[in-house]
Amino acid sequence: MVEVDNLKKSYGSLQAVKGVSFTIEKGEILGFLGPNGAGKSTTMKMITGYLSPTSGTARVQGFDVQTHPIEVKKRVGYLPESSAAYPEMTVVEFLTYVAEARGITAKDEISDRLGDVIIKCHLQKVQGQTIETLSKGYRQRVGLAQAILHDPSVLILDEPTDGLDPNQKYEVRKLIKGMAENKAIILSTHILEEVEAICTRVIIVDEGRVVVDESPEDFKARKPGAKIDEIFRELTNKNSYA
Amino acid sequence: MNTLLPILKKEFLGYFRSPVGYVILAVFHLLAVGLAFFSGYYRSNQASLDIFFSFVPWIFLFFIPATGMRLWAEENRSGSIELLMTLPISISSAVIAKFLAAWGFIGIALGLTFSLAITTGYLGDPDWGKIISGYFACLLIAGSFLSISSLCSAMTKNQVIAFVISVLICFFATVLGSQFLASLVNKLPTAIANVVSNFSYLIHFQTMTRGLIELAALSFFLTTTAAFLAINIIILKR
Repeated sequence: MVEVDNLKKSYGSLQAVKGVSFTIEKGEILGFLGPNGAGKSTTMKMITGYLSPTSGTARVQGFDVQTHPIEVKKRVGYLPESSAAYPEMTVVEFLTYVAEARGITAKDEISDRLGDVIIKCHLQKVQGQTIETLSKGYRQRVGLAQAILHDPSVLILDEPTDGLDPNQKYEVRKLIKGMAENKAIILSTHILEEVEAICTRVIIVDEGRVVVDESPEDFKARKPGAKIDEIFRELTNKNSYA
Repeated sequence: MNTLLPILKKEFLGYFRSPVGYVILAVFHLLAVGLAFFSGYYRSNQASLDIFFSFVPWIFLFFIPATGMRLWAEENRSGSIELLMTLPISISSAVIAKFLAAWGFIGIALGLTFSLAITTGYLGDPDWGKIISGYFACLLIAGSFLSISSLCSAMTKNQVIAFVISVLICFFATVLGSQFLASLVNKLPTAIANVVSNFSYLIHFQTMTRGLIELAALSFFLTTTAAFLAINIIILKR
């Protein structure tokens, strides 16, 4: 469903992503790990078509992001890291706008979809509030609601559980897991337990390169008995000060 | 068109979601009508809006950048640009939709000043053709200024910078044909002075407020608007 081939991105002399390749199929939940600044977000942004790669290709269901951006954007749901939304709009106004902009025009369908995601993301209590008045956890869930609104076949979530309390984290993970059956999902995270809990595959990027691409079981088996955090630290610690 | 409407609607209503839109409308109205009154709208004893129209470009100089500065800078700053750019909408439709929304807002501001035209019609017997062509000129010059503001807004995440730069550009473009510059340009050969004044917003605007809808003026405003919007699209595609 998603094929990423030797994707590179440079900003002037700084190489943020130095050749990332992977493919994921329907039903997979890919955990995208790596230290801050490793190139996770940049890679995700290139797959969504927000950033154009310096070289390499990304395809979603066979459509190249560079040559068919609109086709790709139709099929992808994206939760940006900043959980970007328009502060002065209410939750319902915002979701209606996203639905319309995604080409859902029939009133019935809009209210169906909205009702569905509002329940899934537990937004009933705040649906009439403006987004600027919401807590971080709610904002994050508005972002998630916006990403799954059009039932995309590919979901790209940049730190979906960031800022949520443990109960909300649990709920969101359950939600993601529940949707995985007929979607390909890429999520980035810093929480390694999250990978164990829901991911079917782990990719670790460090300094713009893929250093690990395997199942969470294989990943844990690298150092039997060790915590997943320790393995992560060993793999990515070359340049840190700790 | 399908993808244009949702953005247009959201942007247009956006002006009224916060007090900013109302404040801008009120200030514009007070300035436009107030300046006309204080500069001899009654004293001139003429049933015309000439005085009002003569101030419009100078008020627009500030009013249009104030309207247009948020179009892209706001999205750049808050990061919502990421959301917009990952919706299945082409960049050109997004640019055009935002432009039309802001233009519509300016249309409302202009429409409110029509009270002055009605007053004039009540007090005397104005040349309505001239008034209509004057308002048409206002809309055109507004569109052209707005395309400049939209472009400046797309280049920064700071609304203040977008405002200041677009005021500067609009000011320069307007002043190209004014008396003030003419005195400076006097030393230049006439041919060059003529070319320069052909690029003046003010001269084309004044032709139209005199009741003449010239092809030169019309095409000047439309092509400058289209050109700035095209650069806007290219910048966002980077």
